[in-house]
This record gives sequence, C-alpha cells and structure tokens, in this order.
Amino acid sequence: MIAELGNFALMLALCLALVQGSLPLLGAWRGRRSWIALARPAAAGQFAFVALAFGCLVAAFADNDFSVAYVASNSNSMLPWYYRVAAVWGGHEGSLLLWVLILACWTAAVALFSKRLPPALAARVLAVMAWISVGFLLFMLFTSNPFERLLPAARDGRDLNPLLQDPGMIFHPPLLYMGYVGFSVAFAFAIAALLGGELDAAWARWSRPWTLVAWAFLTLGIFLGSFWAYYELGWGGWWFWDAVENASFMPWLVGTALIHSLAVTEKRGSFKNWTVLLAIVAFSLSLLGTFLVRSGVLTSVHAFATDPRRGLFILAFLALVIGGSLALYAWRAPSVGAGERFAVFSRESLLLLNNVLLLTAAATVLLGTLYPLFLDALELGKISVGAPYFEAVLMPLFLPVLVLMAAAPFVEWKRAAWGKVGGRLSKIAQIALLFGLTAWLGLKYRPAVAAGLMLSLWIVLGTGLHLAQRRNVVKQPLGYWGMLAAHAGIAVFVFGVTLVKGGEVSEDASLRVGESLVSNGLRYSFVNLQKVDGPNYVAARATFEVVDADNNMVILQPEKRYYTVQQMPMTEAAIERGFTQDIYLSLGEPGKDGAWLVRMQRKPFMGWIWAGCLMIAAGGLLAATDRRYRLGRREAATQAASVAVLV
Amino acid sequence: MKRYILPLGGFAVLLVFLGIGLRLKPQEIPSPLVGKRAPEFSLTQVGDARETFRSTDMRGKVWVLNVWASWCGPCRAEHPALLELSKLKVVPVVGLNYNDQRGDSQRWLNEFGNPYQATAFDGDGKTGIEFGVYGVPETFVIDKQGLIRLKLTGGLTSAQIKEQLLPLIQELNHG
Repeated sequence: MIAELGNFALMLALCLALVQGSLPLLGAWRGRRSWIALARPAAAGQFAFVALAFGCLVAAFADNDFSVAYVASNSNSMLPWYYRVAAVWGGHEGSLLLWVLILACWTAAVALFSKRLPPALAARVLAVMAWISVGFLLFMLFTSNPFERLLPAARDGRDLNPLLQDPGMIFHPPLLYMGYVGFSVAFAFAIAALLGGELDAAWARWSRPWTLVAWAFLTLGIFLGSFWAYYELGWGGWWFWDAVENASFMPWLVGTALIHSLAVTEKRGSFKNWTVLLAIVAFSLSLLGTFLVRSGVLTSVHAFATDPRRGLFILAFLALVIGGSLALYAWRAPSVGAGERFAVFSRESLLLLNNVLLLTAAATVLLGTLYPLFLDALELGKISVGAPYFEAVLMPLFLPVLVLMAAAPFVEWKRAAWGKVGGRLSKIAQIALLFGLTAWLGLKYRPAVAAGLMLSLWIVLGTGLHLAQRRNVVKQPLGYWGMLAAHAGIAVFVFGVTLVKGGEVSEDASLRVGESLVSNGLRYSFVNLQKVDGPNYVAARATFEVVDADNNMVILQPEKRYYTVQQMPMTEAAIERGFTQDIYLSLGEPGKDGAWLVRMQRKPFMGWIWAGCLMIAAGGLLAATDRRYRLGRREAATQAASVAVLV
Repeated sequence: MKRYILPLGGFAVLLVFLGIGLRLKPQEIPSPLVGKRAPEFSLTQVGDARETFRSTDMRGKVWVLNVWASWCGPCRAEHPALLELSKLKVVPVVGLNYNDQRGDSQRWLNEFGNPYQATAFDGDGKTGIEFGVYGVPETFVIDKQGLIRLKLTGGLTSAQIKEQLLPLIQELNHG
C-alpha cells in the first residue's frame, strides 16, 4: 500500500509542478495577478507531495518491504536501521528521489523568502524551477520508478553495497545534492532575468545569498565525500580524479567564479552578461554531472546502475534545459549590455582574471573527464585519463589564482594605482618570498613544496593584513568575515595538501601476530588478532601498538571485513588523527603462513586539509547571512511597491 | 551578437559527442606497430624492485603484454577477463604498469588479484611511449620472433579473448 501511495504522491507532485511551471509564467507575461499568485501555493503543494513520496520510500525501507524492487536490491533485513534509511539514496532511483526532494526544498525556500521580490520575477523564478522538477519527475516515473513492485516479493534483500555502509553515506549525498541542486536557484534567477529583461544590481543581490549557500553546501558535500574516501577505501588517498568526483568539482569551480562575479555585478554593475552565463553554466555542469553518473557513458566506481534508455532521456533533458537556456542567452544577452567600464588595473579586472582562470580550470577538468568519451566517439579506442594529467595541467592554473587571491582585495574598484597596492603588499610579499626561499634552499624542501608553503603563508598574511588595515574591525559586515574565513581556509587547505603530498611516507610489510617492525620512525607491534561478528559481516580485527621515539603509544585496530550477503571483502583502516600528522594503518590480504600484509602510512598535516575545507564552507555560510541581503530585499520591495502604485 | 551564440555552439558539439557516447562499445583499432618488432625493454618488477623483467627472455614464446595502471577505471573493468585468461594457462600474460606509483600498483594487485606472470614497472611511462601507448588499457599479442601481431585498445572483454586472442594465440603457437 505504502509504495502505491508514494507513486501516487509523485504523480500529484508532477501535476502541481506542471501548474507551477506554466500558469505563473503566462501570468507574468500577460500581467495576470491571479495566475502569478498560483506559484507559491503550487510550490508548497509540490514540496508536500514529494516529501510524502520520500517518506513512503523511507517507510518501505524501514519495514523491510522486499516486495518493492528497489528496496530488495538495496537493503537487507540484517542491515542496521540507520543504514536502511541511508539506503534510500543508495541506488539510482532513490538518488533521483532525493534530488527531486532537495529541489522541492529549495523551491519551497525560494517561495517562502521571496515575498519581497517583485511578484512577476518571483513567479518566473519559481516557474523555471518547476520545469526542472517536471523533467526529473518524468524521468523517475517513466524510467526509474523507486516504487516498482517485485512480485513475488524477495525473501530478503541483496543488501546495500558494503562500500556505502558508513556514516559518510548518511550525510555525503544529501549535502552534495544540496549544493548541486542549490545552483538551480541562481540558474532560475538568471533565466527569469533574461526572460523579464531585468538584469540589474538588485538581481545580483537577490542571487548572491542563494548562490553562497549552495556553494557552501557543495563545498561541504565534496569535503565529506573526500573525507569518507580517505578512511573507507583503505588506500589513504583522498582524491582520485574519478569521473564522479570531477562532476562535483566542475560546478564548484564555476560556482566559485560565480560568487565572485556576482559581487562585481552587485557592487559595480559590471560583468552582467558574464554573470548570467556563469549561473547557467554552473547549473548545467550539475546536470551534466548527473548525466555522466547516471547514464554510464563513463566508467566510474560510483556508477552503480546504468541503462542506455535512461541515458537517452537525460540527454534529451540536458539538450532542452541547457540548450534552451543558452539559446535564450544568445537571444537576450546582447540587449543587456556589459555594464560599467573599468581600467586595466582594477579590482574588476583582477576578478575577471580569477573568473577566467577558474573557468579554464573547470574546462580542463571537463576535457580530462570527457576525453575518453571523445576518443571513443571518434573510434580511437577507450582510454582512461588519470591523476597525472589533472595534477600537471591544473597546477599552473591554480598558482596564479592563489597569488591573486591575497592581492586582489587590496586593489581598488574601477581604477587602481600600481604604486599604492605595491606599497601595501611589498612587506608581506618579501616575508613570504624569504620564507619560501628558506624552505627551498635552507630546509631542502622540493621546489613545489616550498612554493606551496610560501603561497599559503602569502594568503594568510594578505588576509590578516587586510583585516588589520580596516578602521573598525568589529563593525565589518558578515560578508567581509565570510570572505576572510574562506580565503584563510584556502591557505590552510593548500598548506595541508602541500605537506601531505610532499611528506607522506608509507611502507608495506608482512607481519605475524607477535612480530613488530620499525617503519619511518614508528615501531608497529602486531599484538593481537581476533574475530569480530558485525550485524551483517564478519571481521578479523588486528590490534597494533604504535610507539614513537618518545615512547608515546597509541593503539590502532584495523579490520578486514567480509560482508556475507554481497560476499565482498572490505578494508577498514585505523587512523590516529593528530594536529601535525595522521598515522594510517590498513590490513591487506592474509598470507598462507598467518602473516598479514600491513600498510603503514604517515601523513603530515592531513587534518589541515579537512580544516581548510570546513573554513571555506563556513566562510560561504557566513557571507550568505550578511544583513545587507535582507535589507536590500526590503528596499527593493519598497521600490517595486512604489512603482506599482505609480502604475 | 556572434559571441553570445558561442556557448550554445560549444554545447551542441558536446551534445553530439555525448549522444554518440551512449551507443559505444570498446573497439579494436589498427596500429602501425602491428607486424613490426616489439620494442625491447628491461624493467624492474612491481612486486620486487630487485628483480628485472627482460622482454628478450620471452623470445621463442607467444605472449600477451597488457598495459595498465592503478588509476585507470577501464583497467579495473577488464580485470576479471584478464584473470580468466591467466587461469586458462595457455599463454603467459605480462603486465606493463604504466605511469604509476609502485605502492599504488602493488596494492591494486593485492586487492583485485594478480593475473600477471610478471609485471614490469614503467613508472615514467618511457616504455609505454615506445609501444605507442596513448591510453590505458592496451593489450598486445607478441609472437615467438618478437613481432607484434595484435593490438587491442580499451578494456579487454571475455568475448574478445574468446574470439580474437585465443584463436590467434593457437595459430601462432602452431605456426
């Protein structure tokens, strides 16, 4: 019964989305207030029905209802309840439902917080979001229905993929989707502005907080995915340039460009065309990511379910949404105008440079991700592009971004003087350079490592100096603090990445219980091995005592698990996290003579990578809560109201 | 006006490729190296840096050279087929670990199983370049005289092994 209810709720949500997408749009065009007024209730209703459908699927999982095909293939009666809930988005159909639910959340939020927007604009924005929802609901109902019955019912389920049985699974996909889907708001604002021809500073001010929140969620989502891969995959790696990781990284890069470009459009009225294009591209890349993950055109560890029919549907949808918006852009953008002019040396031009670099980086990632597909399409064979390409090509693009990041806030809008900026920055530039040279020549770090350390110091000093030169530190707006936090976060992140890449060491050895070994300054003693029974797995748990030169001891217990339903072995690494280093221990295969392959790794300053990511995301959220956005809305509404009165 | 159409044009090109991508299969491609002498190489092994693999040691045997890397997705996809091939014990399968880190590749083999009789470690990819490798995975069949007789690009499938590799190997062994 519950599955049918869910199915029915999805259909009703589709009907409401169709209403929300059509009538308000027509109303805004013809000036019919009653039609415009339909947008908000329709959005609320759509949200209610999608939430109901989602609740039904959760209930089916909680009840172990294996007569629902999707539940049977992604859950098992032995699975703990919290993973049964997370298993809702463990496969293709449920991921889509989560996608639609989050889209409905964003739509409802826009409906709720757009009361001060001009009604026609709000109606257009909600209508654009509704059409995206229509596409995904149709996709779900026609090709990937999570409520499809399995008759006769399975006796038990095939279990959730063991790789996904982790707390990371509970938080990573929802946060990531919050980010992906959140860009739909900026996209909808851009399309609505193109439709209505109202591209001004107010438009940028409305878009900014939504974009910042989406971007912060995307940052958190990517961070959690990486954090999870680090301890779960058992290799100690944290970024693999996998097609799906790239699919999340590309919108992040363009989103980063977008939040900067929106700032220019709001404050200076420049970059209008460019900002609109970025908003379209950021969301298009989110959709493209969905296509890449869900259609199976690329090989990836994330692609669990693939089906060419689904691929065709998403491709058609992509063509419609992205093609349609780019066509609209080509038609309307010329009339928008570029906005205010600025000098060659000004904050605008530096931000433009930042945009170009970030966009080039995104294009580079896109090329690397799709290159195998291009070659294949031209019948040149199937290949794989990996980390060596991405690292070699992206490094030269990111270096100038990092240099600019500390300097640009010191440069004035419109027209700046070289001498003035140089004077303010010369001291910290000298300190950073001296530090870099000492690290390279004095401490004998590799040039790349010394450069990384120098850049992170440069950003920290630049950010700190900028704050110190403000007259009234306490009264600075949250937007300013957000920028400082995010920029400092980048510095912390770069510092961590540099030291991990430059200083990580690892050794593999074969050890029996009772044996010990010194590796990279630590003594590892294999003291015990026991069998552990988990809810749906059996595991061998090894106990290691790890002692450093000062006789500090930690106990690490890596496991080798065997998941009984899917008959899949998994490595559970044991990590001792510290301020200056992580000790990472994982078990390989057992040998014939009772010896285990053990991998011992030390990763200096690994935690700094995570801390940096969190600071960046916090910066985004902080900036989004700036009072100005709320005030700005009120003023704009008053203006709109007075215009309405005049009309 | 023109420059505003550029994004749309770029997207159209992308769309065509994505569309073709939906109906693609791995394919055999002709290589200028087929029929030529295989480049000779001598490299340390992945498992043990003290041991060396020399291609000249294979003289007089028909053998298969599989170019792979731990960072390569299709390599992982073709892996079960390779394991099957090595279980048949009809032909020595040698791995060429291309552009990789020794630790990563060893771990990869530990995790997914080792189909190779020997795996030569080509960390800087020089030997791969001599073989004209422009992407991994690639598979070569080399005959008793050291001539390349077949090159397959992309993930190896069981069907390719049955229909192409095994008949060719049988023919070469008898010839």
